[in-house]
Amino acid sequence: MINEALVLSAIIFVIGTFGVLVRRNAIIMFLCIELQLNAVNVAFVAFANLYGIEGQIFVFFVMTVAAAEAAVGLAIIISIFRHYETVDVGSFNLLKW
Amino acid sequence: MTVFLFYVFAGIAIGASIGVVIARSPVGSLLFMVTALAAIAGTFVLMEAHFLAAVQIIVYAGAIMVLFLFVIMLLNLGHEAQRDLKGGAFAVVSAGLAGAMAGLLALQLRGSEVVAGSGAGAEAIAAANAEYGVVGAIARPLYTTYVVPFEITGILLLVAIVGAVALAKRGEQS
Repeated sequence: MINEALVLSAIIFVIGTFGVLVRRNAIIMFLCIELQLNAVNVAFVAFANLYGIEGQIFVFFVMTVAAAEAAVGLAIIISIFRHYETVDVGSFNLLKW
Repeated sequence: MTVFLFYVFAGIAIGASIGVVIARSPVGSLLFMVTALAAIAGTFVLMEAHFLAAVQIIVYAGAIMVLFLFVIMLLNLGHEAQRDLKGGAFAVVSAGLAGAMAGLLALQLRGSEVVAGSGAGAEAIAAANAEYGVVGAIARPLYTTYVVPFEITGILLLVAIVGAVALAKRGEQS
């Protein structure tokens, strides 16, 4: 089952990467990043079956960091929305030349 | 049976992940994401990570996804009828990039040696589960060997809370 889990992890990670690249809605991009984090979690749990419980502890830390990241990221999105009245990343062009 | 269930959960997870990327409305995307997280929690159970499966459902599918839903509702998104997928050359380049990444991962997975059944760590985890219980098996190393990272995680969460409040608060001048 370890191999299947690694394949699943790779597939979900690639889908998440594609989503980050191809969507314009900042919140969906953020969701796709969460998807990538989850793909890595699947790989960690699979490797825990190979090397011991440390893999599962790492997943615990990843989840905590993901929660912190979601809180800060959504706060940033809210404060950007106050400025631009949109979450379309195409309209955030202040640093574009 | 376990392998069959794993394939079922993996299929649901992959389908829901594709749904996250292609769903039209943000709320639909979010519901697909909850489905994907639940399916991934199912695979965690099958890989003997019961505590993580519970945390995945409670924290991820429960708390974090509700936070996303709250922000989507607060910002009143999802009324635009047009798709927000990037089109044209950028989409082609993105697809190529994702394909290249998939190819590299497939090459790596093909090159690695095949592990049949469960590995050496699975016996250790099963023994720890039998001795300390499912939660205790994770809690013991977390509070002994990894206690410093654990405390740092607490500080990180505190900083994140302060940062989120400071960012989302309306400034006095506006």
